Amino acid sequence: MGDILNVSGLVTQLRNGTRIVDDISFGIRAGETFALLGESGCGKSMTALSLMRLLPDGVMHAGGAAQMEGVDLFGLREREMREVRGGRMAMIFQEPGLSLNPVLTVGQQIAEALALHQGLHGTAAQPRCAELLAQVGIPDAARRVAEYPFQFSGGMKQRVMIAMALAGQPKLLIADEPTTALDVTIQAQVLQLLRDAQDGSGMAMLLITHDLGVVAENAHRVGVMYAGQIVEQASRAQLFAEPLHPYTQKLFAALPDAARRNQPLAAIPGNVPPPGGITQGCRFAPRCDRAWALCSEQAPEWTVVGEGQGVRCHLYQEPGIRIQDSGVKGEERGHPSPACGRGAGGEGGSTLNPQSPLLQVSDLHVHFPIRKGVLQRTVGQVKAVDGVSLEIPRGRTLALVGESGCGKTTLGKALLQLIPPTAGSVHFAGRELTGLAVRELRTRRAAMQMVFQDPYASLNPKMRVAEILEEGMAALNIGNDSAARQTHIDTLLDQVGLARNAKWRYPHEFSGGQRQRIAIARALAVSPQLLICDEPTSALDVSVQAQILNLLKALQRELNLSYLFITHNLAVVEYIAHEVCVMYLGRIVERGTAEEVLRSPGHPYTQALLSAVPRIDGEGRSHLHDDGLG
Amino acid sequence: MSFMPVVLWSDALMFLLIATGSATAWYIRRREHLLLPWRRVAQNATAMVSLLVLALFLLAGLLDTLHYRAALPQSNGGGKVYSPEVLSVFDKLVEPLRLQTEKTYSAPFAVTLYAKESISDAQGNVLRDYPRLRYGGAHLADAAQRDGDVLKRALLGALGGLLAGLLVALAGRRWLARRSLPLRPLLSATLISAALLGATASLAAAYHVLGTDKVGQDVLYLSLKSIRTGLIIGTVTTLVTLPLALLLGIAAGYFRGWVDDAIQYVYTVLSSIPSVLLIAAAVLMMQVTIETHPEWFDTAASRADLRLVFLCLILGVTSWTGLCRLLRGETLKLREMEYIQAAQSFGVSSLRILTRHIVPNVMHIILIALVMDFSALVLAEAVLSYVGVGVDPSMISFGTMINAARLEMGREPMVWWALAAAFGFMLVLVLAANLFADAVRDAFDPRLNRTEGAA
Amino acid sequence: MLAYLLRRILYAVPILIGVNLLTFALFFVVNTPDDMARMQLGIKRVTPEAIEKWKQQRGYDKPLLVNSSAGGAGKITDTIFWQKSASMFVFDFGYSDDGRSIAREIATRMGPSLAIALPTFLIGLIAYVGFALLMTLFRATALDIAGVALCVLLMSISGLFYIIGGQFLVSKLWHLVPISGYDGGMGGFKFVALPIAIGVAGSIGSSSRWYRTIFLEEAGKDYVRTARAKGLSELRVLFRHVLKNAMIPILTGVVVVIPLLFMGSLLTESFFGIPGLGSYTIDAINAQDFSVVRAMVFLGSLLYIVGLILTDISYTMVDPRVRLS
Repeated sequence: MGDILNVSGLVTQLRNGTRIVDDISFGIRAGETFALLGESGCGKSMTALSLMRLLPDGVMHAGGAAQMEGVDLFGLREREMREVRGGRMAMIFQEPGLSLNPVLTVGQQIAEALALHQGLHGTAAQPRCAELLAQVGIPDAARRVAEYPFQFSGGMKQRVMIAMALAGQPKLLIADEPTTALDVTIQAQVLQLLRDAQDGSGMAMLLITHDLGVVAENAHRVGVMYAGQIVEQASRAQLFAEPLHPYTQKLFAALPDAARRNQPLAAIPGNVPPPGGITQGCRFAPRCDRAWALCSEQAPEWTVVGEGQGVRCHLYQEPGIRIQDSGVKGEERGHPSPACGRGAGGEGGSTLNPQSPLLQVSDLHVHFPIRKGVLQRTVGQVKAVDGVSLEIPRGRTLALVGESGCGKTTLGKALLQLIPPTAGSVHFAGRELTGLAVRELRTRRAAMQMVFQDPYASLNPKMRVAEILEEGMAALNIGNDSAARQTHIDTLLDQVGLARNAKWRYPHEFSGGQRQRIAIARALAVSPQLLICDEPTSALDVSVQAQILNLLKALQRELNLSYLFITHNLAVVEYIAHEVCVMYLGRIVERGTAEEVLRSPGHPYTQALLSAVPRIDGEGRSHLHDDGLG
Repeated sequence: MSFMPVVLWSDALMFLLIATGSATAWYIRRREHLLLPWRRVAQNATAMVSLLVLALFLLAGLLDTLHYRAALPQSNGGGKVYSPEVLSVFDKLVEPLRLQTEKTYSAPFAVTLYAKESISDAQGNVLRDYPRLRYGGAHLADAAQRDGDVLKRALLGALGGLLAGLLVALAGRRWLARRSLPLRPLLSATLISAALLGATASLAAAYHVLGTDKVGQDVLYLSLKSIRTGLIIGTVTTLVTLPLALLLGIAAGYFRGWVDDAIQYVYTVLSSIPSVLLIAAAVLMMQVTIETHPEWFDTAASRADLRLVFLCLILGVTSWTGLCRLLRGETLKLREMEYIQAAQSFGVSSLRILTRHIVPNVMHIILIALVMDFSALVLAEAVLSYVGVGVDPSMISFGTMINAARLEMGREPMVWWALAAAFGFMLVLVLAANLFADAVRDAFDPRLNRTEGAA
Repeated sequence: MLAYLLRRILYAVPILIGVNLLTFALFFVVNTPDDMARMQLGIKRVTPEAIEKWKQQRGYDKPLLVNSSAGGAGKITDTIFWQKSASMFVFDFGYSDDGRSIAREIATRMGPSLAIALPTFLIGLIAYVGFALLMTLFRATALDIAGVALCVLLMSISGLFYIIGGQFLVSKLWHLVPISGYDGGMGGFKFVALPIAIGVAGSIGSSSRWYRTIFLEEAGKDYVRTARAKGLSELRVLFRHVLKNAMIPILTGVVVVIPLLFMGSLLTESFFGIPGLGSYTIDAINAQDFSVVRAMVFLGSLLYIVGLILTDISYTMVDPRVRLS
């Protein structure tokens, strides 16, 4: 059976010659899902857009070939290519909210594809539209055909996108991070839908993702991308059983989970190089702890290791080395590592803390009025936080888990009194915070600080790092004079692992992970006892996430900090939290130690949440049909 | 002292603007991240050539801003008496242009008046002919030699200018190269403008290059004098617009609630009145005030000048609403930014948040709006002067020039040069400003210049 | 949706009151009626009697806000504010200096103003949007760059030049149409053709460039990429997807000026001798006829506010998010 799509030596570059996709080759067979896995900026989306010939301005195809059922895509005229797009080859995108035209009904948008590729025009297309919507699991499809995208939820919009892609009965579906913008429970449904769609039609799929979990759920074969190149290619089973490339190994090791609770994560030092950043040698060499002289001098060639498996690394060019090293790796990966049992047991024992809690919240409500009508009268309340009680002891981490819109961020801000609570009490270090006058509140501010989600929005781009760190100290009169503050800033930078000369620079000179370190230093500057971390790692790549998690853990040990860790990522919870509260629609539906909640969830919502999380257990999922593999 | 410096209101405001501009430039120079977008501007060839042209205009305008009154020969009991006429350094530099007035219209490079007159020759015969000009081409014995003479002077002047330009270019070359500015376009622009200036200067010494107007004034002189008026309208207005828009815009966006409601109300009311009508109404009222208080002004120049300043004020008050709306919208977005919430969680005061976090992050909007507004204001001056609510009729400006020349449209053959000169100068100024503004917008707009975050 | 519109209309009332108070302050408080009389009659040879007479003719001889000498409702109504400013709410604009009813003048002059302004607006809109779409279709090519350069050049030329140049070329040199004048009915075409053409040409630079920016902004959005990924041709993407979405920002700037078309154009009408509201205004400004200017300020802002409400209505037509919520 031949490949539906065969890509060889694909090169995509910027106008100035910088290669963002550099010599990529792979093939996809019918009914098979090939995943391109990689961190942000590695060129995986550009690979997809190259194949669709939809590259943005300033980026162009610069070499290589792509055969789709024997037809060279880059040899087609634009007219002919339009027949392929949406017909034999369809694509869905990351942001379903932005990818649908807001002023056309979903029916009209699907009908466009039907008219182009199925010859169904006008009213003839209507039943087919409804059929497609029903196929992707939209209830009451016949009626919803006439609705506009804004009337659908995020997950539903992605289903509409899939229906639109399926309208042309494509042989190949390219899915570019199809579930990244969605909540975990919705993600599971959409992944299932994609599998179903594939089962029914024998369609091939190119799945682009940064999430090993998604790969584990849906892929048959995987290409791992790094800095514009595929560094490793293998079947899913091979990859999860024995990753070859040092980068892939590190990616696995950087994943947080309960088994590694008592040990730092194996973070990859440094950052992904920018396109064109490394011109000589292996692109991973600067971050690789197994690099030797050759690695930085000569770029490694593609080495076929086994059946359908290959790697771009000098380690494997001599067969002897490979065997030897893979043995070492097996241990390094540390999957069922000895630390697991010990760690879990140790944590389980320390759940009862005799200390009085640092933060005690009881029956907290935050309501926002809904205004309507001619006079904008308040007609109702959005109960963003609806009677939440929780407590955090000193030196402990409470994770607040929930999906988007459940009110977890609002809760965090209400604790800091950034949003005034409607009712309830926030008792912090023996003092009641709600209802305090602005001045009194100010003196309390130092003890509780926040670390935000988006490292790009949380630092003022017009201020130097030193100014950013000094702001809180100045506002709260910490440190007597500027010299004392400067010394304190140096200490802070040391603590978060940044060079001292960083303080003279501006945020734009730092990467996402470094910015998050600065944000943590800013919060620490006023010596808080409690840090509210609002999804501090969700905007970061896995390898950088590990660095930040390690840092937070080390700081907790050192400074006896308490954390309220707001997140939707259960793996992070397992790794970092002592206790967990699960939040759903403004209420806490389940609480307990991390061990209890994650191992034996009681509430149906928690159960649903946990079962939706893709597992990377190395074993093939029962729902994956391996008959697509040769 | 043989002169008394005079600082008119508009001069003072202009100096204030220059001081502010220089202080800002000095501040920016020392901050790499603020300098970054300017570097992008500096690498844009069109922008730099436009800037060169703007700089020439600005030079003329600035020289025309240094005012003085010359001492008169007679004295008044030991005390000096100064002429009531307020002159500028620029007037002094181009004195011949200012003083060599003909009787009435003459075409560019003409040696005779534009209309036939009765003249008596040496024999006492009266005949109707085109009389020779008093100054334009007066050195020529025979009018027929004119073309050759013009060519010779133009070439000589251009050559002189070119040489001077070469010297400047050689001196500036290394400086330009070190800053990686677009070398070739800038050098050629310098040479071209130097040659043009040289030729014009050499020709203007003997001819009326752009002709003369109804009362015989040199049109080139009038055009050059108009530059200052245009510059003042285009820049001083921002002194009014800027504080109003900035203060009210960020206050509305940051505090929201009733502050926002009140400010929105004010700017909706103001912007609901068609701007020409609002300006007209305000200028009419200003005229009444000026007419009824003649005692406020000691010279005609100061009266015309105050009217100009008031016009800027009125233009500013009627045109801040657009920028205010923009700033309000941006502040609404910024106040939700996490770094502002971080500051709030430290208990940083609102005033500090506004000055340290909001203002620096809306500066690019202000800058883009200001450079974009400049050309619109220069164009508006001409229209307002036409409508009758512009500058004082005695003040030289593009508007008054066009207005005066327009009345002669019906003449056969047409007197076209004053119109052409005014429109031509305006086009060059506004085009350069527009091109520069575009480059500034491209360099500062964050949507066009996302800093690549290497995550 | 009805509540939404009702709210917008209610919101307009305080704005109009604000405009009314502002004009009142501008015309009667900044300068007293005495000042105005002195200015109009000439400073030097003015006598108190002449001032009194001037004020009486115009009804400016009353107290500004409160008439303490009058009884009952007259305390409020027998004042300048009530009779000159508040009365405008019922379209009672009073009389101009030459004794004609301003309201009647406005009614008769709206026709000629519209005859110029409406075709200018419609033809202009089509021309600018068409030109902008063309540039968007050929974006980042030489055609687009040349188009933008042309726009910048055209918008750097003074509006007066278009009028003067057009009159000179078309009327004086080529003798195609009369240089100025106006006639109702079909015979009026030769009079309105040139003003309309010049009106359209006058803002082709700035408007086309503005529309291009809007189109480009929309063309960069994700849903456009989706449309292309469906296999739609570039032309269909542009017309079906980009244009439809760009209507929302375009309407914001366009609908609001439709009612203002009644006011005509100051420059065009005065150059071409069109007896519309624009030339009426400009004549009033030159004659310093304060009553007319005041009336036009109020009328202008009233029409602007009508335009704002129309804009809101037009959103409900193009944006389903507004219509259905």
